[in-house]
Amino acid sequence: MSEYKKGGGMIRGIPHDTIEQSLPILAVFVAILVAVGGIVEVVPSYYLDDAEPAVEGVRPYTPLELEGYAIYRREGCFLCHSQMIRPFRDEKERYGHFSLAAESGFDHNYQWGSKRTGPDLARLGGKYTDAWHIQHMRAPRSVVPESVMPNYMWLEETALDTSKTKRRMEVLAMMNVPYSADDIANWEADMKAQAGVDDGDGEDALRTRYERKTWEIDGEVTQWTDSFEPTPINVRAFDGDATDVTELDALIAYLQMLGKSVHFEEGVDYYHDKFGQPYRK
Amino acid sequence: MSSVAEKEQYNYDIVKFCVIVGILMGVIGTAVGTWIASELAFPILNFDIAEISFGRLRPVHTNTVIFGFGGFLLYGAGLYMVQHCTHARVRLEKLAWTAIALWLIAMICVWVTLPLGITQAKEYHEAEWWIDLMMAASWVCFTISFLATIAARKMSHIYVGLWFFISMLFMVTYIFVFNGLAIPVDMTFSYSAYSGIHDAMTQWWWGHNAVGFFLTAGFIGVMYYFVPKHANRPIYSYRLSVLHFWSLTFLYVWVGAHHLHYTAIPDWTLSLGAGMSIALIFPSWGGMINGMMTMSGAWDKLRTDPVMRFMVVALAFYGMSTFEGPLMGTKSVNALSHYTDWTVGHVHSGALGWNAMIAIGAMYHMITRMWNTEMWSAKLVNMHFWVHLTGAVLYITAMWGSGVLQGLMWRAFDEYGNLVYTFADSVAAMHPFYALRATGGFLVFCGFCIMLYNTLKTISAVKAGTNVTLTAEARA
Repeated sequence: MSEYKKGGGMIRGIPHDTIEQSLPILAVFVAILVAVGGIVEVVPSYYLDDAEPAVEGVRPYTPLELEGYAIYRREGCFLCHSQMIRPFRDEKERYGHFSLAAESGFDHNYQWGSKRTGPDLARLGGKYTDAWHIQHMRAPRSVVPESVMPNYMWLEETALDTSKTKRRMEVLAMMNVPYSADDIANWEADMKAQAGVDDGDGEDALRTRYERKTWEIDGEVTQWTDSFEPTPINVRAFDGDATDVTELDALIAYLQMLGKSVHFEEGVDYYHDKFGQPYRK
Repeated sequence: MSSVAEKEQYNYDIVKFCVIVGILMGVIGTAVGTWIASELAFPILNFDIAEISFGRLRPVHTNTVIFGFGGFLLYGAGLYMVQHCTHARVRLEKLAWTAIALWLIAMICVWVTLPLGITQAKEYHEAEWWIDLMMAASWVCFTISFLATIAARKMSHIYVGLWFFISMLFMVTYIFVFNGLAIPVDMTFSYSAYSGIHDAMTQWWWGHNAVGFFLTAGFIGVMYYFVPKHANRPIYSYRLSVLHFWSLTFLYVWVGAHHLHYTAIPDWTLSLGAGMSIALIFPSWGGMINGMMTMSGAWDKLRTDPVMRFMVVALAFYGMSTFEGPLMGTKSVNALSHYTDWTVGHVHSGALGWNAMIAIGAMYHMITRMWNTEMWSAKLVNMHFWVHLTGAVLYITAMWGSGVLQGLMWRAFDEYGNLVYTFADSVAAMHPFYALRATGGFLVFCGFCIMLYNTLKTISAVKAGTNVTLTAEARA
């Protein structure tokens, strides 16, 4: 450590000797310096209008889909499956249109992932039938022989735990997710209706709530255009059994709506939008 | 100018505890890692048991190696070097013990909750909010005790190794707290305070700075004490250490954005992240060169001292992975490498090559100094070195191969403009690489077992009085 003592003093006019002899000065310099990068890169996304261009069609999850999202998180699906399609030719061919910021705008937390041990799932909705998903969850290698995915056959055997559903919606409503008091109050009826266990009684009410065009986000009312038709909510016994709501019902309901909300049109530039509406060339 | 007063009696008990627990964490973490690597090679090993399925077990591996092994090394080596560099006994000892107890309890909670599927689902920050609080409290306790010890130093200057620790302590507090902000639904579930692009940016501001400060600044601090001490040579350049300390501290913070290239994050942020990633080569290599050149005049030790070998090879891996990192942080390379096993290989060249090897070197150094003894078996230390190195190289090369192959298969078009391969084709092509990777991981695990055995034998030899004490030169 002799070198270190010898070298103390001025470095390019900076009295480094003083800095390294004072813990308060050193600590304050470090504390400020390490804060800069984060402030410059993370904070502006909240203030710049074009960071997250609004598009029509993105809605909050229904109660059943919300539970499906929770199962997706619980099982760590995001560790092997991304939900973020990049603007490359091969990704467009394989997965579809590149992902927009708004499409994950209600995901606390985001599920973009960082690794594709399995394929991207951002636009999985409607790509396979429910029957395919049921079989794939039971035994992935029975439908995709090359797959290395674990079997998830306990999902269809486990009744969905709905004790947290209401609280989940309340927590999300405290942030930017536009669940109305009405949405939250009717969570149970909506869940049963979507999973097809209520003989179809609640379907219309469910559709009225989640296929609506007026949303209040962070105190601001967003109104979709009259000509825009929201994607219909999937209503059926997702796991093939209409007698009860299982974890598999919830998970497939979630997977079948992924990437279906935005209706992509040819010739629309989804990148350069500053005013909340798609910019048309 | 600088006056060195009498050294105080150091507290080695606290360091000994951290080192033993750290080695155990290394054994457990690499065992779980080997297991999940084997699950990817042979999915039948998931055994249809939810708790050990890949998706639930993978965070157990990452948390145990990063926060368990890495955390206890940083706590242990930090408390060891802060005492040696200040000539003061650790201050606020009860607070330091509290930090260590909380960290250990948090790790045990992690082992229970993650297999049960209780997770925040943020990479490298999976522990639920109440475990987060425990870890944050632990970190703050450690920080206060550490800074109080520096304040009680017996000389005027603060040693460069401690600067790096200070930058780690502050930055990790920032990123851990802000990334962990969440609203609990109950004890088993919480929603992140951020959504979508905001969550993504915050997550990788955390993710890359956990690497940049927890696994780099902290470990560089460790390097700055243990390499010169073990080689018995002064640090090569004081000026270089000043320069690369401030530049590394400033630049690392910016580069997290390169984990999000070509995503829905605004392009300017990504370009900024890519530019800073390239610039980061210089401070990184500043540290590597300063460590390597410290060996000037002591290179002969590499022939005789396997602990020195661990440290020097660690620096070589550090230089390599901090070249690879900026390369992968540029957009055009990232377009190929992102989402592939190349990323996993890169992380492990840093983790197995740099972090584990400098940590293992520091641990052997501390064990021999604290117990005043040679290791029970020098041959086993040597064997540990070769087994670990072979395992690390197998792992990294397997992941390079699979990563680049994956990236190329995904983007291959035939002459008619159709995709050549299905995704499943690329999965099938990964099998031999995954098997090789599991083998490499198993070797690293074996290395840790050898280390644990050798350490326990050493301590029992000390207790039995059958050990060989260190020479006066080594003790100095």
